Amino acid sequence: MNLDPAIARDLLLSLLPELVLTGWALVLLLFVAWRHQSVRDLRIAGVMTLIALASTAIAIWWLWWNRAGVHGVVSMIAADDFRWVADWVFVAAAALTVLISFTYLEREQLLAPEYYVLLIFGTIGMMVMAAGADLMVIFLGLELMSVAVYVLAGFDRRRARSAEAALKYFLLGAFASGFLLYGIALVYGATGTTNLGLIGGQLSITMRPTAMLLAGLAMLIVGFGFKIAAVPFHMWAPDVYDGAPTPVTAFMATGVKAAAFAALFRVMYQAFAAVPVWHDILWWLAVITMIGGNLFALGQRSLKRMLAYSSVAHAGYVLVAVTAGGVAGTSAFLVYIVAYTLMSLGAFAVLSAKGRAGESDVMIDDLSGLAARRPWLAFALAICMLSLLGFPGTAGFIGKWYILIAATSTGQNALAAILVLTSVVSAGYYLPVIMAMYMKPEPTETAHVDVCLDRWARTAVATVVLGLLLFGVWPNRLFDLARAAGDSVHAVGTSTAVPTLKAGNGQ
Amino acid sequence: MYARWVLTALLAWPLLAGLVVVLLPARLAKYVALAASLIEFAISVPLWWTFVPNGGMQFTIDQAWIAAWGIHYTVGVDGISLFLVLLTTFLMPLSILGSWSYITKREAGFYGLLLVLTTGMIGVFVSLDLFLFYVMWEVMLIPMYFIIGVWGGDNRLYAAIKFFIYTFFGSLLMLVAILVLYLHAGRATGTYSFAYAHIVSQVGQLGPVAWWLFAAFFLAFAIKVPLFPLHTWLPDAHVEAPTAGSVILAGILLKMGTYGFLRFALPFFPAVALSETVQLVIVILSLIGIIYGGLVAMVQPDFKKLIAYSSVAHLGFVMLGIWALTLQSVQGALLVMINHGISTGALFFLVGMIYERRHSRLIEAYGGIARVVPLFAAILTIVSLSSIALPGTNGFVGEFLVLIGSFRTYPIATAVATTGVIIAAAYLLTALQRVIYNPLTQPENEKLTDLTPREIAVLVPLIVCILWIGIYPKPFLQRMEPAARALIEQIKPAPPPVAGGGQP
Repeated sequence: MNLDPAIARDLLLSLLPELVLTGWALVLLLFVAWRHQSVRDLRIAGVMTLIALASTAIAIWWLWWNRAGVHGVVSMIAADDFRWVADWVFVAAAALTVLISFTYLEREQLLAPEYYVLLIFGTIGMMVMAAGADLMVIFLGLELMSVAVYVLAGFDRRRARSAEAALKYFLLGAFASGFLLYGIALVYGATGTTNLGLIGGQLSITMRPTAMLLAGLAMLIVGFGFKIAAVPFHMWAPDVYDGAPTPVTAFMATGVKAAAFAALFRVMYQAFAAVPVWHDILWWLAVITMIGGNLFALGQRSLKRMLAYSSVAHAGYVLVAVTAGGVAGTSAFLVYIVAYTLMSLGAFAVLSAKGRAGESDVMIDDLSGLAARRPWLAFALAICMLSLLGFPGTAGFIGKWYILIAATSTGQNALAAILVLTSVVSAGYYLPVIMAMYMKPEPTETAHVDVCLDRWARTAVATVVLGLLLFGVWPNRLFDLARAAGDSVHAVGTSTAVPTLKAGNGQ
Repeated sequence: MYARWVLTALLAWPLLAGLVVVLLPARLAKYVALAASLIEFAISVPLWWTFVPNGGMQFTIDQAWIAAWGIHYTVGVDGISLFLVLLTTFLMPLSILGSWSYITKREAGFYGLLLVLTTGMIGVFVSLDLFLFYVMWEVMLIPMYFIIGVWGGDNRLYAAIKFFIYTFFGSLLMLVAILVLYLHAGRATGTYSFAYAHIVSQVGQLGPVAWWLFAAFFLAFAIKVPLFPLHTWLPDAHVEAPTAGSVILAGILLKMGTYGFLRFALPFFPAVALSETVQLVIVILSLIGIIYGGLVAMVQPDFKKLIAYSSVAHLGFVMLGIWALTLQSVQGALLVMINHGISTGALFFLVGMIYERRHSRLIEAYGGIARVVPLFAAILTIVSLSSIALPGTNGFVGEFLVLIGSFRTYPIATAVATTGVIIAAAYLLTALQRVIYNPLTQPENEKLTDLTPREIAVLVPLIVCILWIGIYPKPFLQRMEPAARALIEQIKPAPPPVAGGGQP
């Protein structure tokens, strides 16, 4: 299906998933304005959100199935497989977040259905970011997403730490947006356009990049660095992740990060493919993020803070994929982000079940003996931890493996070696969780009595575990999807020299 | 027909059985687990007869798995891996039977993990696809980690995480090396595949990067063997693990390292492995292992730790034999691998049995118990003698072959290694004397009960193997010979052209 963005109908079609979700957001807003008192209203709003996300996923599927693509004049909206796969990840992250929010909101007495509206707006922002083929559209999506998430982070307004998290996130986020916007302005000044394709075309003709362009590029990287929480721009992440309500933390760690990475990929490969200097910057960023994230996480006793730092470390792994680049790097990013979304959300889901009303500080040692009392829950968390560690048989391994292939196939053997060495370090903080659950005795008889997932959260956790194991053993379909998506991004920009991996048994 | 499904069955059956056993009530679990492992053994036994010594790689199965990357499910057995597979299936029922009274909590989980572990171990030995090999190599780590960490001794958490991190560290660097090999072979031929045969045919033109790759493989395998100075995880893990865990660790897991050298590190990087530097390093480290392991064993107050250090010494012989690369030495190394699994496994069982009665592993807690538990004393004596390598037992055949074979390549090193046999006699006979002979001084020991029929059932098969290999090793050597010969031909460079011909 060929879409011409000059025609209004085609433009609307290419924005169909965003429009569907926006429509639902408005419906939900009306509903919320009408009923926002009881627990029941909250549940209805949650179910409506799930329906909204499902219908959006179907809209994305429809466009994917019809091979929608934007051709003709240079467009502000991209319609390629990369966008569809990224959109699915965002929608899945949002849906899983909704599933684990039901009990949490009721337990913490956050009876405000606006929560779900904000969640939907955040998701729309992410989708716009992944769709943006123009720096302005990307910025628009980024702000839409960020504003919604700022509010979500401070949603538990009666708790000081939640408010602190929101304020911190807002101030630093606004700062980062400033950097990004200034970077866009400088790039516009240097090239006369904000369209990614046009920038890429210009830069491939004028061989020598100007100082203004380089300054703009640096600012863009700083702006994105904040959003993906790469070291040294990660300072906000632990406090914000720790203070925000747990489901929101899960959403931030997965969806927000995935969206920022998706935009980063598109900007770097479609606009700046001809300016190889950013490879070096990202190389160093990846290295210090992997080392820093893993070392900081090693010292954490609180499970939530540990997961926050571990998400910094994982941003480092994904940066390896960005640095490696090419079709392999892009596909590796998509596979990894699918795996990471699943395992991270699973871990946060179990964490939110363990936290009691009011005190959400769960120490790793508080999980002692969980396996004896709640074997399935412990099993689920163990699978998530092993997957985060990158253990074979889980999706986390497949993702890491793909990133390693992408890195070694572009000659980045040192980066690959650092990745695996820091992964060894990560065993030092993922394994104690398993150790506490299985190998330490229960502190008291009643320590885990009230740890329970409701029906919805149980669905989420079961989906996550099955997904992790399925992709860990049989990732073939996921690879096909990611490969096609990787190809689609690079078809637009200049092609980079990366060997295509061909299959064969070589006997 | 048997050849078409046997390896898949050997891999799939314990995994499925393990998943079922985990969900069973504790009382039932041990019976079902024993039955499952006996069935596994029964499936594997015909391998012994249907294996054709000169047939190269046999029972092969090749099925596409992740086609996009050229990853296949490729398995097969040759003269090197055959005995390791059989050793695994042979030791598993014994380990399960031997744990019946030792494991008293969460039995279902324990037996389930032992069965899952079986899949991982057999997978390591039969994989002919590097991806599959890596997955299996890691997969067996988790059950062992749990077995040490949940059912181990007082210091189990430390031992478990140390074991895990050492192995994980080594294997991840190997993972990067595997990827580099894969890309190298892919670029050279245009076919990207993890198949062992494909990669081994393309390693000739690696250039200087081969040194790095060898180092990565070396680290992974040397930690597992373990070579001095990477052995420090071993005493902790062996001592803290429950009996079955120690038996499997010593009997099978350590062999994965030496197997890795034979199957991967040597054939992939023959030039590096046989360079003077590497030869020197490996021979010296093996000798240190033999001598140092023996000397440290000599001063251990804890019987289990003594056996653990004796493993370091035995595996030193294996490494020496492998690197000497003569037919006798490689065959001897393979035989020592089997023997060590049987003898040391039996020693760990015996220590576990006496520990269950007396709750002490200290040598000084015993003395003179031959009078109280004569059967136990007799079996401990036989097994100790086999571990010392007394003629007529299996240990003698293996270590003798290693020493004879290595003498041609490394005469001085072999002479030094020979003292290792004497040291072994010194520490084991002393321990034996202090445990079962000497006067009976401790009153607690007077009430010890002798071996139960179940325990005898565990030990008798091991004793039979000790004597069988000791007296008539020909069936074993015969099946190993062609594979060992092929390996040597593959690795050893052709004799260098006669010097002095001038510039070509």
